[in-house]
Amino acid sequence: MTAEPRTIRTETEQALARQFEDILSELPGGPRMRALRAAAFERFQRSGLPHRRVEEYKYTDLRALMKRAAPPARRAIETAAARALHELPDPLGALPRYRLVLVDGHYFDALSDRGALEAAGVSVASTRVELEADGESAAAVLAAPELAAADVVLALNAAFATDGVAVSVRDGLALDRPLEILHLSTGSEPVASTVRNGVRIGANASVQMVETYRGGGDVAHQLNAVTRVSVGRNATVAWARLQMESETAQHLGSTILSLAEEARFDHLSVTAGAAVSRSQMLVTMGGAGTRLGIFGAGMVTGRQHADTTLLIDHALGGAFTRVLAKNAVDGEAHGVFQGKIVVEPDAQKTDAKMMAKALLLSETGEFDSKPELEIFADDVQCGHGATSGRIDDTQLFYLMARGVERAEAERLLIEAFLDEAIDGLGDEPIGDALKGVVTAWLSRRAPRT
Amino acid sequence: MALLEIKDLQVSIGEREILKGIDLTVNEGETHAIMGPNGSGKSTLAYVMAGKDDYEVTGGSILFRGEDLLAMDIAARAAAGVFLAFQYPIEIPGVATMTFLKAALNAQRKQRGEGEISTPDFMRKVREVAKRLNVTDEMLRRPLNVGFSGGEKKRNEIMQMALLEPSLCVLDETDSGLDIDALRVVADGVNALKSPTRAAIVITHYQRLLNYIVPDFVHVLSAGKIVRSGGKELALELEAKGYAEFTGKAA
Repeated sequence: MTAEPRTIRTETEQALARQFEDILSELPGGPRMRALRAAAFERFQRSGLPHRRVEEYKYTDLRALMKRAAPPARRAIETAAARALHELPDPLGALPRYRLVLVDGHYFDALSDRGALEAAGVSVASTRVELEADGESAAAVLAAPELAAADVVLALNAAFATDGVAVSVRDGLALDRPLEILHLSTGSEPVASTVRNGVRIGANASVQMVETYRGGGDVAHQLNAVTRVSVGRNATVAWARLQMESETAQHLGSTILSLAEEARFDHLSVTAGAAVSRSQMLVTMGGAGTRLGIFGAGMVTGRQHADTTLLIDHALGGAFTRVLAKNAVDGEAHGVFQGKIVVEPDAQKTDAKMMAKALLLSETGEFDSKPELEIFADDVQCGHGATSGRIDDTQLFYLMARGVERAEAERLLIEAFLDEAIDGLGDEPIGDALKGVVTAWLSRRAPRT
Repeated sequence: MALLEIKDLQVSIGEREILKGIDLTVNEGETHAIMGPNGSGKSTLAYVMAGKDDYEVTGGSILFRGEDLLAMDIAARAAAGVFLAFQYPIEIPGVATMTFLKAALNAQRKQRGEGEISTPDFMRKVREVAKRLNVTDEMLRRPLNVGFSGGEKKRNEIMQMALLEPSLCVLDETDSGLDIDALRVVADGVNALKSPTRAAIVITHYQRLLNYIVPDFVHVLSAGKIVRSGGKELALELEAKGYAEFTGKAA
């Protein structure tokens, strides 16, 4: 008999248990993967969905927020996947890029630019194929990261992981166009997609990546996506993440990043979609000369809930980290920023700064900010700050005194606020495309009277 | 019809009465100077005309071309032709000066029922006025007023005025913080806008600016009231004697 610390399970937790039992034999992989999946599911069973007494989920109580468990997504037929891809508006518009397409968590080779990527020096495989091999590398795919071994969202992902893409950029390659990994949710009935992506960027390579999440209509799809990224020595990466799922969707996104020495990684996360979203990043910094920039532009309205959580671990000395999180909160929405920077005893000369700014656009919106520094080395430069407030009245008056009407003046000021984070990425074509997302969000915003 | 007609204007901030019954009539083509000691209510008068909402108008009226200015919102006043050159122009990070200028010009045109200006026409217009006021391309690319020196900010104000072509220019202590060269550039900019269909109200503490922008009328504001009005020679008299006479009278 196993110990059972919790006896009361929510309906969602019970539904997940039934689903896991039903689907385990169909999930990709042999006995080895099944054992890993069962162990991961056991981790979930022990603690249940994270709730507010779990520090990392203090403001995002998934036990309360996750009211149902949608059934695992089946693979769409090719024509339906192609139709969904062509029908949904593309927020990146004419941005030239390579694209890898996942529909409801399944990789579609025929809709993707694998051939062109391989010709350019980037290898692409499906995670499903990797898992089916049931070998050592498959075990690594499902392994829990050291930084968050107890994380239940990651455990659920390992238990249900269906597909994804495994991308490898060869050493020294300067990819000529951004590479987009597109995640589409389709269909009129809610489904749950569980994705595992892996991206390896070789030493001295230089790439721009775009990770997009889109959904049509207002179907309450649920997505749990984990993307593991390893960046080689002296590589340069600009990585944009765009989350604009349907407004009833649930999005659980995790990025597990490890950086080598001298690697430069700039990450921009633009969040506008989903009813409930949690985007977490777990970063293992390299040592001397590693440079990390994390920028966030969040927009929430209505009753949306959006959580950004960062854990950045400096184990080696001489790394440089900058975080700038900007969030606009309208309606009755709830924004959350948690950022934790850890500097271990050997990580001398670490230079890490973190800033979270929230712009409250309504009386009823809420923003919670929890920046943390855990410093065990003595020769470091670290700091954090947080601000939250309303649109500056003197700025508004100045713009209006020049004839700009209130709604447009507010729009200009909110746009300027969010665009600062987008500019942080330092990539103009991608930045311009993402500024379009901000502009579109603002044009939907009802002006206040 | 007068361009601007202020009658018995009374204004408070909270419990404090700032303006205690101002009467002022400005016709097209005229330049009026309003002088007075610190705290006399000069800036309040400017802000109330522009529509800043920290002030409560407790009595009186302001008519602009016969229309109730106080009933208009801030942007509508600007579109109607009232321009306030700020004593302390506001810095707006993230909004490029050029973007702002175009938004302002088009917003005013839209409110007046005119179409948007074409980009080439806009560029031509901006370049022309910017050149006149020594506003460089680099300044136009920068976020609005961010990192501008005091003189640059004031030149930027007058450039906006030249671009927007208001019918009433209200200059709130535009001379403060300017050296003599910057003062001349700013004054030349204001003088270039003088026309029979436009008027200016120049608010200043010192007579110096009025050597360059010569007023038709000078009013002395003290403790919330206009205590004396006269021609341009009144400014010289104030320069010689100071405001003591008026502050004494008002007390």
